[in-house]
Amino acid sequence: MAATLLRYLAGIAGGCCAGTVLAGAPGQNALRAAGIQAEHIGWLWNLTLGLCALVFAAVVGAFLLALWRAPKDGAGRPPDLASLTRPERGIHRAVAWATGTCVVLLLLLLGADVVTSRALANLPLRNAVDIELIGHQWWWEARYRHADTSRNFTTANELHIPVGRPVVITLASNDVIHSLWIPNLQGKRDLIPGRTTLLRLRADRAGVYRGQCAEFCGLQHALMALEVTAEPDAAYEAWAGHQRQPAPPPDSDTARRGQQVFLGGACMMCHTIQGTSAQGRLGPDLTHLAGRRTLAAGTLPNNRGYLSGWIADPHALKEGVNMPANQLPPDDLHALVSYLETLK
Amino acid sequence: MKRAMCAACAALLAGVAALAGCYREQRPVKAPPAAAGVSQPSFAASAGQPAVNRYEENAYAVSQGKTYYRAYNCNGCHAAGGGDSGPPLMDERWRYGADPASIFTTIRQGRPNGMPAFGERIPEDQIWQLVAYVRSMSGQLRPDVAPARGDTLTPGKPESRRKPQPVKAEAPPQER
Amino acid sequence: MSSDQPHHAPAQDAATLQRTWSDPPGLVGWFSAINHKTISLRFMITTFGFFLAGGVLALLMRLQLARPDSRLVSPDLYNQLFTMHGSTMMFLFAVPVMQAVAMYLVPLMIGARSVAFPRMNAFAYWIFTFGGLMLYGAFFLDIGPDVGWFAYAPLSGPQFSPGKRVDFWAQMITFTELAALMEAVILITTILKMRAPGMSLNRMPLFVWTMLVTSFMVLFAMPAVMLASTALITDRLVGTHFYNPAEGGDVVLWQHLFWFFGHPEVYLIFIPPLGFISSIIATFARRPVVAYPAMVLALIATAFFAFGLWVHHMFAANLPELGKTFFTAASLVIAIPTAIQIFCWIATLWSGHIAWRTPLLFVLAFFVILLLGGLTGLMLASVSLDTQLHDTFFVVAHLHYVLLGGAVFPLFGAFYYWFPKFTGRMLDERLGRWNFWLFFIGFNVAFFPMHLLGLEGMPRRIYTYPKALDWGALNLTATVGALTIGVSVLLFIVNVLRSRRHGRLAGDDPWQAGTLEWSVASPPPAGNFEQVPVVHGRYPLWLPPGTPDRVTGLTSEHREVLITSVVDAAPDHRLWLPSSSPWPFLCAVAVTILFIGSIFTPWAMVWAAVPVAATATVWFWPKRHMTAVRSASEVPT
Repeated sequence: MAATLLRYLAGIAGGCCAGTVLAGAPGQNALRAAGIQAEHIGWLWNLTLGLCALVFAAVVGAFLLALWRAPKDGAGRPPDLASLTRPERGIHRAVAWATGTCVVLLLLLLGADVVTSRALANLPLRNAVDIELIGHQWWWEARYRHADTSRNFTTANELHIPVGRPVVITLASNDVIHSLWIPNLQGKRDLIPGRTTLLRLRADRAGVYRGQCAEFCGLQHALMALEVTAEPDAAYEAWAGHQRQPAPPPDSDTARRGQQVFLGGACMMCHTIQGTSAQGRLGPDLTHLAGRRTLAAGTLPNNRGYLSGWIADPHALKEGVNMPANQLPPDDLHALVSYLETLK
Repeated sequence: MKRAMCAACAALLAGVAALAGCYREQRPVKAPPAAAGVSQPSFAASAGQPAVNRYEENAYAVSQGKTYYRAYNCNGCHAAGGGDSGPPLMDERWRYGADPASIFTTIRQGRPNGMPAFGERIPEDQIWQLVAYVRSMSGQLRPDVAPARGDTLTPGKPESRRKPQPVKAEAPPQER
Repeated sequence: MSSDQPHHAPAQDAATLQRTWSDPPGLVGWFSAINHKTISLRFMITTFGFFLAGGVLALLMRLQLARPDSRLVSPDLYNQLFTMHGSTMMFLFAVPVMQAVAMYLVPLMIGARSVAFPRMNAFAYWIFTFGGLMLYGAFFLDIGPDVGWFAYAPLSGPQFSPGKRVDFWAQMITFTELAALMEAVILITTILKMRAPGMSLNRMPLFVWTMLVTSFMVLFAMPAVMLASTALITDRLVGTHFYNPAEGGDVVLWQHLFWFFGHPEVYLIFIPPLGFISSIIATFARRPVVAYPAMVLALIATAFFAFGLWVHHMFAANLPELGKTFFTAASLVIAIPTAIQIFCWIATLWSGHIAWRTPLLFVLAFFVILLLGGLTGLMLASVSLDTQLHDTFFVVAHLHYVLLGGAVFPLFGAFYYWFPKFTGRMLDERLGRWNFWLFFIGFNVAFFPMHLLGLEGMPRRIYTYPKALDWGALNLTATVGALTIGVSVLLFIVNVLRSRRHGRLAGDDPWQAGTLEWSVASPPPAGNFEQVPVVHGRYPLWLPPGTPDRVTGLTSEHREVLITSVVDAAPDHRLWLPSSSPWPFLCAVAVTILFIGSIFTPWAMVWAAVPVAATATVWFWPKRHMTAVRSASEVPT
């Protein structure tokens, strides 16, 4: 039965591995380390898995052997009470040896854990990118910080980081406890209201990695994802430089009308578009919305159709968000979306 | 004996139901469909009767109202209800009416002497939730619906522990 | 206490004993019942009912997660489902069922006629039941809690959980923890003071040791969660700031208080089944369990260490690294006593003669399932590894492997083993094997894939997941497994219902076991033992009868029990236990009104205290007639 189970599992495992190598799909997999921190943890995982598998095999082996070799004539048989009067030294010794082996293996695991913890803590931090990530119900606000504060900028839900440079993420929460988890890059860390926590990571392979909130934070905890694009340093600096720019003025009549709709209605109460009078801080910064791959915290594709649907009624797509439905006349909605599409 | 136990269970459940009040707990997350361009109170009772804000019976809605109160910076002028440049909201004096429809109009259309008009800026549904919250600040709402303390600096009692203030109409100051 | 009395009391004496210890008939008698076996059976049936409810909730969750982007269940309902599933299983099933089974078996195993505080036992049952009914009543009215069974602040606080949902949850904690504390007090007193003469501590059955150890753990663990939930209730009801960082509170305080209870809680669930396993393996390997002293010390060590692990639930929070590593070490160390027990059991099987019966099958599953769960627990114990695995489906897999493998499988084994004692009939062996194999296979098909899902990035407590992440196949597999478990539980229910009427008659000792509960009829008479036995060793039924063999001189006319000393069980004095009474039930109703009322207003604590005081007073008020009879029975000095 065990053999059948193993075959079955191997089949599933194979199926999963094949699935996750889809081209273009962002990874969200702790077993595919793309950064040094996840690699350290992956090493510990392999060691622990190996040791635990050995112990499992040994104990189950002993157990099955015991069942196999013990006579099966117990039914109705009078009990064997020899052990009540004579101590069973042989058995006691065997149990003691087995226990001693376990103690040694446990110490080994403890040592491996300490080594890994130190490796994680010793990530070199020279030339680190400094991001402050603030958790909201149910989206991520990201403030890139710099010693020269004129180079700070704010974005939401999608981070870009340079390959090979460390990233220090300061975590804070605006409301409840969230948890940042980008499995390909690092373990998770909670965002706790009233405290600041820290996460240090480094991507060593370019790619798009998906992360998700990993601490239950309310109604839409399931739809609070973020995407991290790791790219070469030059590409990252280009992206960051572009993020620092305010939104360009709209270039077409439709886009201008869309900007009027944005600034004249409810949108500017919650959202910021740098370069305009919209400086709301309640919702994600939209200055470079069109450059993002996703909407609604990594859960919807960023295209015209979804954007229009989201603006008209976000609750049909993500029930319970703080953003209200906007019953706009179709022409206004069309213009607004055209304007938002210019915010590259 | 089993029948006795069933009867006991049913009685208990009925007792729980009596204490419950399901609408209080509903999470209305979708705005009710409103005719575009026509402003009318949501959840109004039948025509001719004073508008009833059903959000006042829903704890989630009132809690949302409290969130919007801070989010839209009402506390910039009204503080946490004690008043600053704007009049206090947690006392018994009301210049423009204390009923839900009047407060709705106050927020939506503004008032003389400095209350801005938020009708273009805040969707109606959210305004009704703000109305419910504003009324809770003077203890007008049932204690099991009104919000309890927020996760913030908390001056004074939470809204659910405030005694209901009687409504005294006050003449608004002369417009200069 | 002479030894020349006949072994069996004459029939008239047995009939008097039965009359004395029985509860009155009729409707009023039903509410007045305090016989420990009656209360225990009600308790077991109630907790099993909650188990079924929790299982249905789990099936709904699995149906929702079977496909990506599913909208079968709304997000709000899903959040309520997993909160109710966790709360039901942890608070309304897992710990209470162990206490319920213990309440039945412990007096029988130690040679006592009753538990120490029979009326309080009844009160605890009613309090528990009312608390559970309150929670489910709230759930069916859409006021079910939706913040997880662990209800982290500030999500569970007044700002982010408006309304009364979380208040019902927090008050359910009050109900169930009160009941659990009372049961623990009863068990400790019974075990320490009411053992049959000669049953010194080192002759006590291992199951009784597990219940003693568990009950002490309850005394230390439950207050932490009562404190946490009471602070949450006052934050929500009257505006205290325990968990409000802006006013000097701390949200992490909730986590510390909750997990200081929460980790021992899982050992409360895990340790009694260790007793089931010892009982069943001894009987079906036809020999005493190897190394009794080591087994007892292992139990005590486990209970002790269990209080030093709680921070491993908080490794993702910003606690100091050195502190966290201490908890890694502690979490690894606790494996050692469990390992000792496992090795001793394997040695017992190795050197025994096996009788293949369904109870043994369920217990053998422990050695595969719990072992795997324990090993994944070692993985989670490491801080660094836990940062990847925490709050993912890997933890869901781990917890179900240890809780089902470590507790539910042995519990089913215990039901198959002791059902003949409870009802006088055997459960069907063939249905039992189908039950077992469907459960075992279904369980592994349901939960093993979840390890992979967690490693592949699937977090917990999400109502759906996107198609692009390719978790659909494993989730569907898990759902199929869950449905299989459902079928196997149905088979169990069918087996129970059929066997109650048509099962083979069991007789006193169908398994030829060694402990005292098998020396009485199945089901036992109301007063358990016609004459209280005297014990001369472990496994008294396997030993030849010693001298003296019975206790004589206890009256059958009144509810008289023998109180013995704590360590050596030397007879100390006689005690008269109270008669059946409806006042524990009525007092429980009054307390329920107080608890539920205080969800809505703090004034309930004042006004509802009046009926509580009144009913409690009537409960405890001594009857003049009984006092006179008692005084007359005393030996004059």
